[in-house]
Amino acid sequence: MSNTPAAADSRSPGTEDTAVAVLQPDTTAAKAFVGRSPGQLAWLRLKRDRTAFGSAITVAVFILVALLAPVISRLYGMTPTAGFSDKLNFEGLPVGYLGGISGEHWLGLEAGSGRDLFMQLIFGLRTSLIIAFAAAIISIALGVVVGIVSGYFGGWVDQALTWLTDFMLAFPFLVFALAIIPIINTALYDVGEEVPGSFRITVIIAVFALFGWMTTARLVRGQVLSLREREYVEAARAAGAGSAHILFKQLLPNIWAPILVAFSLALPGFIAAEAALSFLNIGVVEPTPDLGRLVYYGRQWLGTPDWAYFMIPATAVFVVVLAFNLLGDSLRDALDPKAGK
Amino acid sequence: MLRFLIKRLLLASTTLVAISIVTFLLFFAVPTSPAWVMCGRNCSPERIAQVEQSLGLDQPITTQYTDFVKGVFAGRTFDDAGTIRECDAPCLGYSFRSQEPVTDSLARTLPVTLSIVIGAMVVFLTVGIGLGMLAALRKGSVFDRVAIGASVGFASTQTYTLGGVLLLVLVYSTGILPNPSYTPITENPLAWASGLLLPWITLGLINSALYARLSRAQMIETLTEDFVRTARAKGLPARTVNRRHALRAAITPLVTIAGVDLGSYLGGVVITESVFSLNGIGRAAADAVADLNLPLVMATVLVAAFFIVTMNIIVDMLYAVIDPRVRLG
Repeated sequence: MSNTPAAADSRSPGTEDTAVAVLQPDTTAAKAFVGRSPGQLAWLRLKRDRTAFGSAITVAVFILVALLAPVISRLYGMTPTAGFSDKLNFEGLPVGYLGGISGEHWLGLEAGSGRDLFMQLIFGLRTSLIIAFAAAIISIALGVVVGIVSGYFGGWVDQALTWLTDFMLAFPFLVFALAIIPIINTALYDVGEEVPGSFRITVIIAVFALFGWMTTARLVRGQVLSLREREYVEAARAAGAGSAHILFKQLLPNIWAPILVAFSLALPGFIAAEAALSFLNIGVVEPTPDLGRLVYYGRQWLGTPDWAYFMIPATAVFVVVLAFNLLGDSLRDALDPKAGK
Repeated sequence: MLRFLIKRLLLASTTLVAISIVTFLLFFAVPTSPAWVMCGRNCSPERIAQVEQSLGLDQPITTQYTDFVKGVFAGRTFDDAGTIRECDAPCLGYSFRSQEPVTDSLARTLPVTLSIVIGAMVVFLTVGIGLGMLAALRKGSVFDRVAIGASVGFASTQTYTLGGVLLLVLVYSTGILPNPSYTPITENPLAWASGLLLPWITLGLINSALYARLSRAQMIETLTEDFVRTARAKGLPARTVNRRHALRAAITPLVTIAGVDLGSYLGGVVITESVFSLNGIGRAAADAVADLNLPLVMATVLVAAFFIVTMNIIVDMLYAVIDPRVRLG
């Protein structure tokens, strides 16, 4: 991508065209030579990638559904919290096959509470995506700042930040999150007092952000280390530019590609981690709808003949994470064709 | 080598001390009285005062921390409702909930986690690296595409999803496998293995996906290197080149990753243990959180961090042994 001759013009003479034909025998010789920026090249590669297309559509649908959940709820004619206990049998299991799937309840009912699973699912998706996006944005931003500062300034600043990064990496994330989330909740709310769902979500986002920035920081630090000696940085410095200008106007625009990839791969990671916390009943709890919490709840019914309450939310988490992962992989391949393949 | 080791050990101990301080502050400096939290919901005021006193909560936090450190190295005693409880070194705290030193509880749960992790590692190191290497050697073939496609799918699978599906299919519906349980290997090796087969498969398959992708990428890169070409040019048979030359070089970075993974898994494979209801150190910590049994949670955090830090050092040392290009300094 960086080999694109800068002088190449769309109306270059015929000799130039034959040169292209020699270099790339499988492309048509008549194709005009167009100068493209790395961003445009990546976009072209992405458009040609069928996996990227499919996963992007899936991701877009999930995001739309999550955004429009209240509207869908209105059209569907049910709220996520409405219970239909009259459609459950005496054991608390829904009447009918596969968890009571019917024209009225597309994905059936939740055992026990009798809530509509489809509604719970789309509102749960909303919670999961809010947490994942917020955590990814904050942790990546934190990682970028730490990485840039550490790589650019070097010396004791770098040493201190590198130690901090290693220190944070030594924390057993899940066990620590397990410990700290209830502590924060009990510290700010008395025992027995209801902890609001929004507060729980904020705490989860904060914990994810706190433990999610290290890999980005390392990545960005490495990039900055190799870029800060480049001529254009030197030129900017010679022209009297301040550190802030060099950092954010000269260096940052040149490392956006790996940051974007890190962001897109952090999303599925956080979706999965959030679901894992809720699966342990530490993350989001009743009555806030959440994908992981649905799986946690469904787990209790796994041994019963009706296992749909487990499989439907678990499959939903799987598909969301898979779609985001595939999109992230495609994005990485498009932005850096040499990596991974 | 020795200088490197000492340097790393010093750095590791500072990290551990820092982690213990942070954990300590978080657990003991919360606005709510920790005694309240530790003692539980139905605790009488007298009992709270008792717990507070026996924990030394009336003393400044620095004294409390030095007491804790002293307990780790020399042991200490706790006064539990008038009864003096011995807590031998390394004392990581005393659980008023289960009325025992937390190390006793850890000693019970650690073998379970260890058994799960070792078995799963055998699965994912052989299956994952094996598939990755084969895929790399047959790059572009149908086998390669199927293996890599499957690995993308498995890498996006959650432990609880795969575990749940396997439980449903192999245990609840067909009864091919027994419900997962833990039997000490010293008692009955066969029961030990059959009881842990499901967690091994679950954790093993999900991690295989990751290792297959990593090892495939490593192997493909290694196969393009000069020394492989040289080996081929010398006329060595393909098998010798692949096994003796390429494989060894490609596997080196995987050792690092496997070691780091081992370190973090030993601190508790929380989800796996919860899905299969096995009382490993992670599940015990999760249950302890629900019970607000904070000394046990804190001890688990410290032990888990210890495993991570220790494995990092071991991996660094190992790296120098297996990769002749690395010089430690």
